Amino acid sequence: MADGSNGKPKTELLDQLEKGPWPSFVKEIKSACETSDAPKDLLGQLELSYKEKKGHWKHGGLVGVLGYGGGVIGRYSDIPEQFPKVAHFHTMRINHPAGWFYTSDALRTICDIWERHGSGLTNMHGSTGDIILLGTTTDQLEPTFQELANAGFDLGGSGSDLRTPSCCVGQARCEWACYDTMKLCYDLTMNYQDELHRPAFAYKFKIKMAGCPNDCVASIARADCSVIGTWKDDIQVDEGEVAKYAAGGLDIQKEVCSLCPSKCMEWDGKKLAIENHECVRCMHCINVMPKALRPGKERGAVVLLGAKAPIMQGALLSSVLIPFVPADEIEETLKELFTRIWEFWDEYGRSRERVGELIQRVGMSAFLEGIGLDPAPEMVSAPRDNPYIYFQNVEGGDK
Amino acid sequence: MPTFEVHGKCYAVDEDGFLEEPTLWNEDVAKDFAESEAIADLSPDHWKVINYIRNYYLQFGIAPMIRKVCKETGFKLNEIYKLFPSGPAKGACKLAGLPKPTGCV
Repeated sequence: MADGSNGKPKTELLDQLEKGPWPSFVKEIKSACETSDAPKDLLGQLELSYKEKKGHWKHGGLVGVLGYGGGVIGRYSDIPEQFPKVAHFHTMRINHPAGWFYTSDALRTICDIWERHGSGLTNMHGSTGDIILLGTTTDQLEPTFQELANAGFDLGGSGSDLRTPSCCVGQARCEWACYDTMKLCYDLTMNYQDELHRPAFAYKFKIKMAGCPNDCVASIARADCSVIGTWKDDIQVDEGEVAKYAAGGLDIQKEVCSLCPSKCMEWDGKKLAIENHECVRCMHCINVMPKALRPGKERGAVVLLGAKAPIMQGALLSSVLIPFVPADEIEETLKELFTRIWEFWDEYGRSRERVGELIQRVGMSAFLEGIGLDPAPEMVSAPRDNPYIYFQNVEGGDK
Repeated sequence: MPTFEVHGKCYAVDEDGFLEEPTLWNEDVAKDFAESEAIADLSPDHWKVINYIRNYYLQFGIAPMIRKVCKETGFKLNEIYKLFPSGPAKGACKLAGLPKPTGCV
């Protein structure tokens, strides 16, 4: 739709979004017009959506590459006559490197491939973590995939499969990381290539790995399985650095001790005392005094399960499944755990039922029994307050 | 409305090549659609999967979950992909004349 004076679409509403200090996506899309025709029609259709206050993408779309059941999200314009260049506008999800570290070589390779085969527009990154290549046609999917594969990139997940795992930067550049998140992320991704590329589950399953309870990938809210780093022993304290913070004007009593959720710290003006057995490892004191305090030396992770967005039964955060796994046993433990969880989910999960909803439906005790784990006090924030307790019939017991 | 032309025949399909009117399906439709899903010849194994999916759809009005397909046909998932390179949803369901699977793909 070229009704503007210079062959570009007239985009009065979108043009307003080029003003102001924040980087403008409209500017970005306009600059992409130099390498492809699609962004022009995308702007045109988006402008129309702004005017009419409704979307113009058709429902669904099922496209892909041979051998895979996921990784590409099909999209079609519902007004292709008006905007032919976005009649097909499929998204390809490309598995990102753990922690999103790149060389400019790698990024140039992706850009070159995408300029040849797609709209030139990307999303760095999708919220699950993938590199999102935004907008191409069905006939370009296989050639793009071939080129990406030759360059060492593979598709990410979509559909009812294991989605692309992601992690925080971890030990690459964070002194709080309690285990190697990037290695675990990569190893799990490679180990579960089949589950990632060929949807076999009742619904999607996401894994995210955070190095410490600050949870910089929001794993507790956005992954069915959240692996969050923690430690078992005492917080490491550098007395000299604590004194420097105090001398530097930090009110340790007010800013640190009184904000401690378990009130397990005391500051007498000279010495910081921590009752570590009361500490819940919330990270607050360490966050405030990073030079003085560090996570303990006996490190590992908590494994939590069940987070999901509201549909169908309401939003859930992950809840504790395994309170502590030593760092060098995490991968092995997770593999064993996934085998059991997926088997149980496969057997009892309904179509489009997330693991969190399955647990809500069958009950935590049935789930734990199904996957062979013992209940632990860390799994609940409070015991049940109603007396409707189910007892199992035991042979020889009272009925 | 896009059409899919093959062997002189013409089918009304959606953008992804799924049959618009599932009731118009017969075995010839599956044969005609096979090539578009990178399948040279439909073997008895193909038919086992197609017929199972088709009958499940006729009975319940939806596509069966993949684990049901595997269980009932006896094929493992990788064997299904060997038969239908584009997968059970895009490949097998299309050949069985089912409407396009929807949802968060």
